[in-house]
Amino acid sequence: MMRQFLTLLTAATLLAASVTTPVVAQSPGPLRIEIDEGVIEPLPYAVPDFVADTDAAAELGRNISRVIAADLSGTGLFRELPKDAFISQITSFASPVQYADWKAINAQALITGAVSVDGNGRLVVQFRVYDVFAGQELGQGLQLTGTQDGWRRMAHKVADQVYSRITGEGGYFDSRVVFVAETGPKDQRAKRLAIMDYDGANVKYLTDSSSIVLAPRFSPKGDRILYTSYETGEPRIYELNIGSVTRRVLPTQAGTMSFAPRFGPDGQTVVYSQAQGGNTDLFSMNIATGASNRLTSAPSIETAPSFSPDGSQIVFESDRSGSPQLYVMPSGGGEARRISFGQGRYGTPVWSPRGDLVAFTKQSKGRFHIGVMRLDGSEERLLTASFLDEGPTWSPNGRVIMFTRETQGASGKASLYSVDISGRNLKPVQTGTGASDPAWSPLQQ
Amino acid sequence: MKHKERGKPMTYLSKTVILCAGLALAACSNPDRLGGAGGAGAGGAGSGAYAPGSAQDPKSPLYFQQTVGDRVLFLVDQSNLSPEAQTTLDGQAQWLMANPEFNAVIEGHADEQGTREYNVGLGARRSNAVQEYLVSRGVAPNRLKVVSYGKERPIEICSEEACYAKNRRAVTVVSVTPVS
Repeated sequence: MMRQFLTLLTAATLLAASVTTPVVAQSPGPLRIEIDEGVIEPLPYAVPDFVADTDAAAELGRNISRVIAADLSGTGLFRELPKDAFISQITSFASPVQYADWKAINAQALITGAVSVDGNGRLVVQFRVYDVFAGQELGQGLQLTGTQDGWRRMAHKVADQVYSRITGEGGYFDSRVVFVAETGPKDQRAKRLAIMDYDGANVKYLTDSSSIVLAPRFSPKGDRILYTSYETGEPRIYELNIGSVTRRVLPTQAGTMSFAPRFGPDGQTVVYSQAQGGNTDLFSMNIATGASNRLTSAPSIETAPSFSPDGSQIVFESDRSGSPQLYVMPSGGGEARRISFGQGRYGTPVWSPRGDLVAFTKQSKGRFHIGVMRLDGSEERLLTASFLDEGPTWSPNGRVIMFTRETQGASGKASLYSVDISGRNLKPVQTGTGASDPAWSPLQQ
Repeated sequence: MKHKERGKPMTYLSKTVILCAGLALAACSNPDRLGGAGGAGAGGAGSGAYAPGSAQDPKSPLYFQQTVGDRVLFLVDQSNLSPEAQTTLDGQAQWLMANPEFNAVIEGHADEQGTREYNVGLGARRSNAVQEYLVSRGVAPNRLKVVSYGKERPIEICSEEACYAKNRRAVTVVSVTPVS
């Protein structure tokens, strides 16, 4: 009665035996969403407009509370109570909360905040999270300071704190997605690299549309991107600095095609595919020195590599068995073991940031699926099904997967979707143009 | 309509090829071309009865594209050359041997069934199969270059086998541009 345990079906907690412990608050409050088996319903919460003492700050306060609500409700784990249901209004950040008024409308959580602009023109955001039915604050009030332009990021940071305090897990809202923006018909499609906030805001283009670009990936710090471009006429791999929007081609072997580059967790090692004489193998390069070495030497196609979070292993796609399947090998090369054994073709494996699961694309009976399995291939679960779903990427906390969905036929278009690893909360990600090949950044610092 | 894939300028091709594609478009709009292309090209060789560079000129890239045949098709997931493909490639090899000033880029393509990066690998296999065959028929390796487009450049856009079959292709694009 005094608290609600909201439990949700996900594999991750079921499978959590071998996983690093999620980030748990030092003193977890009584209000808690246990992301676990058994869906009840989203947790009701209220987030009144953050209070402010000037009109300009008041507008920022309203906008910030709207972004927080979009983040929380967008997870499917929380449900916002409408303002017209409120009995109390929050007019002062410092005044005591009237718990009874929030209990009466069944707000389990209450988020209050204040927005001001300091003498240097910096935006100051303060917030508190309340466990209404326990009649106490959940964690401590916090203050964030940043530029006024950065108000969306500050809202995402508040939402990450709220999410984290209630679920006991890391958040994912203050993050970005790099993707391939697509325009034009299927047989004349123009592609350019673009970056945006995880929720589709602040889209910025990183390349023009003069060359095909494929499958970008973030560096571990989120400051650089690896991708494949046809700038020189054939596929080659590039490193792009996001801050300066400058790029360089990586020194792969002349006379070969290179593609599918991925950073290792050290931010220096890059694994990629190199095609020569019709054969595609995996290679590794130190991008500081340009020194490269071969990781596989099979007559089959080896591609779509992904490092384990500790950098010790690589999961990749190979058709050495006759059809594309998933394999794991040491990151320096060596014996590979096959992990996918279900019916169909498996591709684009991506190791989860928690290390517990691999997300993949599966083709079976003319349909495409995004799925997850454990690293030993057990407990495979398909999360989606459509004409063409492809290329999963993990949210920084390993709870949500974003991917490309392409529709069928002559007018087919690609767009981004996200889904919980429970298979719930499937929804489109707004990007403005067509979009494919998303890659999710780590949480921003 | 039936020649739209040839007439459509593709931004990623070299200037030479774009020029040729433009010529193809002009040729396609001429209602007399289809009837005349094969016979006049063969019969008029060396006679000067055709415009240089036209589809009737046996030394032209257009002749290579339309009369010799610039592409071979593949089965799902395969890079084997069918007897029909080998016949086409025999013609390509003869043409390249007879026209040593031309080089060729062999573009490998896949249909949309398959993941993006895997299809780049598959296109590499297909273009390489063509390259090896042409070399085995006497074309100097340094005149040939391969590039895989994976599933990025379909010429047919329906999501049915009729379209997929035409998209699983390797296209030999000839030009006087050096390839190495």
